[in-house]
Amino acid sequence: MSESKAINKPIRKKDAMTLVTGKPVYCDDLAPKDCLIIKLLRSPHPHALIDDINTSIAEKVPGIEAIYTYKDVPNNRFTNAGQTYPEASPYDRLILEKRVRYVGDPVAIVAGENEKAVDKALKLIKVKYEVLEPVLDFRQAKDNEILVHPEDNWKSLCPVGADNKRNLCAHEVSENGDLEKAFSQCDAIVEETYHTQANQQAMMETFRAYATKDVYNRLTIVSATQVTFHVRRIVATALGIPKTDVRVIKPRIGGGFGAKQTAVMEVYPAFVTYMTGKNSKLVYTREETQTASSPRHEMEIKLKIGATKDGIIKAIDMYTLSNTGAYGEHGPTTVGLSGHKAIALYSRADAYRFVYDVVYTNIMAAGAYRGYGAPQGIFAVESAIDELAHKLDIDPARFREMNITKEGDVMPAYYGETANSCALDRCLDRVKEMIDWDNKYPARDMGNGKIRSVGMALALQGSCISNLDVGSVALKVNDDGFYSLMIGASDMGTGCDTILAQMAADCMCCDVDNIVVQGVDTDTSPYDSGSYASSTTYITGMAVVKTCAALTEKIKKYGALLMGCDEKDVDFNGKEVYRISNDEKISLKDIANSSMCNSSNALYASEGHASPVSPPPFMAGAVEIEIDTETGKVELIDYKAVVDCGTVINPNLARVQTEGGIGQGIGMALYEDINYNDNGGTRSNSFMQYKIPTRQDICPVEVDFESSYEPTGPFGAKSIGEIVINTPPPAIANAVYNAVGVRIRELPITSEKVYRGIKDED
Amino acid sequence: MLRCNDYIFAESLEEAYELNQKKNNVIVAGNGWLKLRKRQWGTVIDISRLCLDKITENDEEFRIGAMVCLSDIENHKELNDYTDGAVKESLRHIVGTQFRNCVTLGGSIFGRFGFSDVLSMFIVMDSYVELYKGGIVPMHEFAKMPYDDDILVSIIVKKKPLRLAYSSFRNQSTDFPVVTCAVAIGEDIITTAIGARPAKADIRTDGIDACRDLKDYAKKTAESFDYESNMRASAEYRRHIAEVLIKRTVEKIEVRYGNQIMDK
Amino acid sequence: MEIKLWINDKLIIDNVEPDTPMLEYLRDKGCYSIKRGCETSNCGLCTVWLEGKPILSCTLPLMRADGKHITTLEGLRKEAAEFGEFLADEGAEQCGFCNPGFIMNVLAMERDIENPSDDDIKEYLSGNLCRCTGYTGQFRAVKKYIAYKRGVKADE
Repeated sequence: MSESKAINKPIRKKDAMTLVTGKPVYCDDLAPKDCLIIKLLRSPHPHALIDDINTSIAEKVPGIEAIYTYKDVPNNRFTNAGQTYPEASPYDRLILEKRVRYVGDPVAIVAGENEKAVDKALKLIKVKYEVLEPVLDFRQAKDNEILVHPEDNWKSLCPVGADNKRNLCAHEVSENGDLEKAFSQCDAIVEETYHTQANQQAMMETFRAYATKDVYNRLTIVSATQVTFHVRRIVATALGIPKTDVRVIKPRIGGGFGAKQTAVMEVYPAFVTYMTGKNSKLVYTREETQTASSPRHEMEIKLKIGATKDGIIKAIDMYTLSNTGAYGEHGPTTVGLSGHKAIALYSRADAYRFVYDVVYTNIMAAGAYRGYGAPQGIFAVESAIDELAHKLDIDPARFREMNITKEGDVMPAYYGETANSCALDRCLDRVKEMIDWDNKYPARDMGNGKIRSVGMALALQGSCISNLDVGSVALKVNDDGFYSLMIGASDMGTGCDTILAQMAADCMCCDVDNIVVQGVDTDTSPYDSGSYASSTTYITGMAVVKTCAALTEKIKKYGALLMGCDEKDVDFNGKEVYRISNDEKISLKDIANSSMCNSSNALYASEGHASPVSPPPFMAGAVEIEIDTETGKVELIDYKAVVDCGTVINPNLARVQTEGGIGQGIGMALYEDINYNDNGGTRSNSFMQYKIPTRQDICPVEVDFESSYEPTGPFGAKSIGEIVINTPPPAIANAVYNAVGVRIRELPITSEKVYRGIKDED
Repeated sequence: MLRCNDYIFAESLEEAYELNQKKNNVIVAGNGWLKLRKRQWGTVIDISRLCLDKITENDEEFRIGAMVCLSDIENHKELNDYTDGAVKESLRHIVGTQFRNCVTLGGSIFGRFGFSDVLSMFIVMDSYVELYKGGIVPMHEFAKMPYDDDILVSIIVKKKPLRLAYSSFRNQSTDFPVVTCAVAIGEDIITTAIGARPAKADIRTDGIDACRDLKDYAKKTAESFDYESNMRASAEYRRHIAEVLIKRTVEKIEVRYGNQIMDK
Repeated sequence: MEIKLWINDKLIIDNVEPDTPMLEYLRDKGCYSIKRGCETSNCGLCTVWLEGKPILSCTLPLMRADGKHITTLEGLRKEAAEFGEFLADEGAEQCGFCNPGFIMNVLAMERDIENPSDDDIKEYLSGNLCRCTGYTGQFRAVKKYIAYKRGVKADE
């Protein structure tokens, strides 16, 4: 077999030159000019009932088409979570409701001919609220007498331990081994509480969608979404209309990072167009995207972890309290990752227990953000591992080497899966070498009030949701033998269109340019659960492999038919179907063109894929920092990262994923923090008040890969999209400790916290 | 977003002044801050055609028009020579190049914002605000004046022999500062400004001998200001950072001039 | 009110509402490369040139452009592609949404600073936020582009 021309090659993204030349390919570039402009009136109260709402004056503003309140919408509860049906997230929403549950909850939908008219109408709507006491502290939410969702038609479709009469969105206990016995054998135990804040995904393109009616009078929604097919179901459910009547299209989208795995706002334009029959669009402002969206779940993690004096971890006990806010999108599912991923890094422990509660509160609902619960758990576990290593007086790198999950290990906390591909030990070795750990650990006094130190952290994620996610693709042969690859996975800038084409090119032994990719339109694309859970390369990639195999068989069969020989006597080399027994051959071009003339053979194949396992990618990250001991300021000097994502399909795109994930992780570690006032309103309501890193805040980042080979993945690949965000918070926290002996257990690691720690030590 | 019924390019300062007397009218400079105000204005008055976008210099002073954008000041060689680069240091962390190409010195100073690096820098120099009706007012006095409907025409910086340095402390590189600090050392006095407390910059002036014991000077001076807490930092931390910045900012001057700092 | 301006060297005489924002006006004129990423002047997505200087079209009032020349990425497609190739070769265009504003500022910097140091590059471009790349791939692309441009100039 010749070397692949397409796999493990730094091929440019297929849409690259279109994007860099600024072509109009995003949602708002494509929206018809006659769209009604939609804006939402939002609640100023964290918890209230609408006593009275009067829209009559507002409706008289010239240019106003319609104003809708809770009185106008269907009474069908649904969830905005982009998840496979039946969703784990509770059906706890209406399009608009008499009860408002957070500052920013929509109260009315206003649609008009232009923005000015709509703005004017918004000011003229009169609302009388019965203000209720809110639940703002997530530590007080469970079994609080104030209920966020007292309604009787609240519905949980899956057994996730939810109970709206207890403000409980999910609850579970999982364990393995004899925990008590395992702790009794420990010589050192760390028992601490860690707190991770909510973060915004802060993709550059805010939430947006427009709706039209197509030629068949069906509702068509063009949305910046990661979950095109789920949006169809969510909209149909919310509006109470048959799914036949809804079509969803995803154009290029300006980043997602999980934010767009929730249908945050698609139902509003869908509803307006459904009601008016007119085109409509809604473009969220940055303020709305910061205050009424789907950020990371705030979590508090109580962690107990013990080891013998020889440095062998025996037991891990974790309790996670997760704050889902006003609605339960992704609440029951994100929390699981805080334990199942983080604990699985140390699968050799004798016993573990993982208990969680997810609670409702009267703040903005949380959602999916890259890492999906794992960053929270990994911050706790990877901090505690260092704390335990220090207690035992063992180098934390060495301590990890002694305890990490290795290839072939069963991972009890990770649903009992076996690590069939795992280069975590090599990642750790390599990252130590890259950061020069042995020379730099723990710290050097620079003599000018500055101390330089190093810190490290490991990470683990999944490659899909096992036994759930579905990817399917279709491939057809066109004139002269080029291929169309139809996919349902949503490229959100990450490059999955290109990566899947690389796989198809490899399978069909052709150039990547010979594969045309199209996605996503729910009317024409094969079903895909969507681009989340790091699953596209692993799941949809395998569907590509299967589909290519099926199409190859059809090409061979048809080639044999054209040559009048037995199909067992032919093979296909990408350019021609040739006979094994003699020199006769027929080119793909002739086969393709022949299939379009007097032929009953459609050269078309479509296959799907799901997986009973979710093989984890692994990663080691190490940071060098410099602390100004007078101010507590943490300056990043260098970041090194080594990833085991199985076979790397496209080194450029895998590297950029890693660098980008580390950038976001640095923001989470150092300053990104969704901050609320006493009334439950979001202070971090703009890029002026919610700071993400600029290029001056990011240190040099060097990425390397230590590939394992995943037997169940396409070409041995696993995932990379999410794991890359996990290491910065604990690595930086560990480096801070190594520099000044201050342990930060609550993110973000601000200069002020570090300074206070230094001062308290003195 | 800036919302208004009318937009007028004033043809004279008098016209701009007249228009500005109406409560519902407003002068727009770079529109960096004005556009954030959720208000419908009557007339927006544009003073960009009144030749206020020049920096002029003579032996005694610099005169900076109100409509000079921050980046023109940042890149002004003579002004930076005079301030030993302190002016550039005070501006370069503000949002980004394009933003500083838009917003103006007049807008920044007239706003007298708490977070203002610009005010913190200019207030320690021998600088003045030229108001159309109010005449020439020392910067530190202007900083305390109530907002009115006068027009800021230019900023005057007297070329008093000063040794200047500027420092700020930020949580993130282009964020609003947690604390700002500017120091000016003259023949026999030292002036220190602390801003973003988060209240706007104010100054303390002492005899030069006060800073002979720098640690003590930094502590006492920092303590003489009041501080408040907000999202970015607590009052207590701000006070501490102010002390550190005062020490370091004076040291910047010492590094440059060595012992001559006191013997100038 | 009446406005006269040049967009990518094309003269336009128009009648506009006095508070028309420059950003939305330019998009209405077909310059769809320009994106709005925030309301607070922080993201840089809307960067265009006014008389050759990079500015934020979300910030300056449209009327400020009266009698002046605006350049957008639509007017610099060749140069955009020239630099864009370097971005594409790093995979650092990613979602692409910040690219037009970023590229406008890179091209301005290339004209503005003879030999930008690493710190110059980071400082000049720090008003251009990007959430996909962590800036590292963008930085490699800028460095390679500057070296290439200096090479071309040296050859001339």
